[in-house]
Amino acid sequence: MSAIFVMIGASLVVALGFLAAFIWAVRSGQMDDNYTPSVRILFDDDKPVTKSVKKEENSKNNK
Amino acid sequence: MTTEVNDTQTVLKCYHCGDICADDSIKSEDMYFCCEGCKIVYEVLNNNNLCTYYDLNSHPGNDQKGKAQGKNYDYLDSDEIRSKIVEFSTEQITRVTFFIPGMHCSSCIWLLEQLHKFEPSILESRVNFMAKTLSVRFSNNIKLSQVVTLLDSIGYQPRLSLDELEKKESAFKDKSLIYKIGISGFAFGNIMMLSFPEYLSIDVSSTDLKFLFNALIILLSLPVLVYCSSDYFKSAFKSIKQRFINIDVPLTLGIIALYGQSVYEIAAGHGAGYMDSFAGLIFFLLLGKIFQNKTYEFFSFERNYKSYFPISVAVLKDGDEIYTPLSQLKQGDKVVIRNNEIIPADAYLLTGDANIDYSFVTGESDPVQKNPGEKLFAGGKQTGGLITIEVMNEVSQSYLNRLWNNYLLTGSNETGYTHLSNVISKYFTIVILIIGAASFLFWLPQGIQKAITVFSAVLIVACPCALALSTPFTLGNALRLLGRNNFYMKNALLIETLSKIDTIVFDKTGTLTQTGAADITFEGKPLTTLETGIIKSMFRNSLHPLSKLVHSALNNAGYVVIDSFRETAGKGIECRYEGIEIRAGNSEFTGAGELSTVTQAEFTNSTGSRIWLKFGDTLRGYFTVTSKLRANLDELFGKLKNEYDIYLLSGDSEKEKIRFEKNFGEGRMFFNQKPETKKIFIENLKNEKKRVMMIGDGLNDSGAISSADIGVSVTDDLMSFTPASDVILKSDGLKNLSGYLKFAKSSVNVIKFSFVVSTIYNLIGLTVAVTGNLSPLFAAVLMPLSSITVIAIATVGTIFANKRRGLEL
Repeated sequence: MSAIFVMIGASLVVALGFLAAFIWAVRSGQMDDNYTPSVRILFDDDKPVTKSVKKEENSKNNK
Repeated sequence: MTTEVNDTQTVLKCYHCGDICADDSIKSEDMYFCCEGCKIVYEVLNNNNLCTYYDLNSHPGNDQKGKAQGKNYDYLDSDEIRSKIVEFSTEQITRVTFFIPGMHCSSCIWLLEQLHKFEPSILESRVNFMAKTLSVRFSNNIKLSQVVTLLDSIGYQPRLSLDELEKKESAFKDKSLIYKIGISGFAFGNIMMLSFPEYLSIDVSSTDLKFLFNALIILLSLPVLVYCSSDYFKSAFKSIKQRFINIDVPLTLGIIALYGQSVYEIAAGHGAGYMDSFAGLIFFLLLGKIFQNKTYEFFSFERNYKSYFPISVAVLKDGDEIYTPLSQLKQGDKVVIRNNEIIPADAYLLTGDANIDYSFVTGESDPVQKNPGEKLFAGGKQTGGLITIEVMNEVSQSYLNRLWNNYLLTGSNETGYTHLSNVISKYFTIVILIIGAASFLFWLPQGIQKAITVFSAVLIVACPCALALSTPFTLGNALRLLGRNNFYMKNALLIETLSKIDTIVFDKTGTLTQTGAADITFEGKPLTTLETGIIKSMFRNSLHPLSKLVHSALNNAGYVVIDSFRETAGKGIECRYEGIEIRAGNSEFTGAGELSTVTQAEFTNSTGSRIWLKFGDTLRGYFTVTSKLRANLDELFGKLKNEYDIYLLSGDSEKEKIRFEKNFGEGRMFFNQKPETKKIFIENLKNEKKRVMMIGDGLNDSGAISSADIGVSVTDDLMSFTPASDVILKSDGLKNLSGYLKFAKSSVNVIKFSFVVSTIYNLIGLTVAVTGNLSPLFAAVLMPLSSITVIAIATVGTIFANKRRGLEL
């Protein structure tokens, strides 16, 4: 049964670790903007230099 | 003959902004553009190999028509202004955040974060799309004005107004709600885990283990009580102090009973208490709060005159134009005003042809012609050429400023709860206390301890969590859905007020009519293509707003070469084509005044401004320029007429009365209204116990908008300046007005329905509680179940109501 003491302790440490990570994330401003990063991640880093071609397909709804 | 704006050729769309091009004259390589501005932006991007911008979305650009590109931003480098704008500056590096209204799609984000490719001295640029801000960090090799000029050259003009600068100091975002949700969620999960032995009725034989579990549960619940639920305690305490019961009072009673009973049970060794339900309740309540508070942060609903004016103006000193901050503008300064610039202070006109558009300030639709020496009021917009003015009063003393200060928005509904839930919670609290007291007395013969347990069980189970959740979730969702349909409310609580509206008052200019668009018809002998070409070329040279409107309407003709063009201010224009004199202008200028009275009478049934046209000695007819109505107005008024009292209040003259007669009816239209009279009109309606909605657009409506129960400002461009209001409505949403109002009513019905459901849950819980059988497991299941049901009803109900009104999801 004494194993449970250790397990409970370990589980709480892990949970507290996540709570601390959450508080750190809010503090460092990660919750300030929860839209832009979702768009930013889809951009390609750097395209080779080509002349742009008209593309009509991937139009309108980006919101 | 009627010259219509529709064209017959294939529609050519601007590669940059997607607007329809008038002709194919503006092109670069094989791309066509609607205006030079768009073409310049394209070329800048093309030269920097940034045309990915056009691949991410088609036509991502902002329309550059009417934007004063290539503006001089040197004034930003003066120490006083610079220090107000920058956030942070060292010897080497400066950081600044701009508000960029034109940001609207993923291409915008992409491009604005590539600024370092244009200018290596820019180290980093980051977009916050929801707030529409751009943070730029740049090394001091370049000046602030260069950064702004760069943004201007790619079509993203930052908004630089006095108001925007002052806001920066108070821009502090409260994150405590997010912390509270995180902590209560953490506690909720862990307490549930530690309560498992209790749920499964496992008999924990080891007392050490039992003690550890209980100690941990109490430890975990402490921050929830002290920190996470502190707002509810504060609010309940405040409302009792004001001898008033809001929903936080029964909520706090429930929280205290829940916590107290749990601590007692744990301490006495009866069981694990209801700590899981307690933490879960707080967690759900906080979630509801954040959902309701999610409003449109990039809209500014409370603006003052400062956001209407530019930061600085060009003051003439010894022949040079020196950009001076508006606050330093003194009496006697000479100021240069260009096309589309705003007159910053009451002033005298010195030189130039002044055509002042006061539509925003007074509601008059036609520009006012002024001659040198005449007085100009602040707030008017010059249309046409350059003028110089001499300042009479400082900015803070102007007529416009007085107009603002008289009509500061009086804060409505600051309690944070709707009227409905406050009324209900009052009776709810009383009933619960009576039931609690009755069951206490009933159980008293069996011992005081049992009686107290039952009493707290009643308070626990009756805790109006479902009640408290239904309002924020329904209203929060309704607010979001209305926003999708271009109806942006200041806060969710106003939806209840919106549902009670019975009287709607409309402004005319800019609200029912479109700004900058007109219906232009020609009456007289039809014009040949050549003649159309001649007048089109003639009107092209004129800066008068009416000429511009006529010019844009004559789109199916080519230009011809004309000579000796001359514009007589306030009268008309003339030119020669192959020796024939052609005149266009008012009746005196063209000699139309000499027409026989019979012909004159025939013309009186038309409304709007008239431009006569004369070829040589023959009077050919006239153009009628009438302001264009917004789409589907007749349909809207058809729907509104039966259910609401509708009125029209216009600052304009009666010339368009006939047009609106069928919609409003006799005696419901009032013209030549001043800002003060509009406000008084609304107040009188309110004194008659009417619930008034005022729909306007300009400064002249601001008094009326602020006194109405719901003030709506209509705008074509959501990011442009609007007077302080409760709602910002994008103009193409006006036709859905009756849908919005009905939707608000349905939303309130959804709340009422979820009240009923939560009462049923409460009744079930109460029956169990008064019989003294409330087990922690039953409470742990019932409370989240009722909360989730209510949230589901709120969400599904609003979506369903939205669909029924034919609005978009």
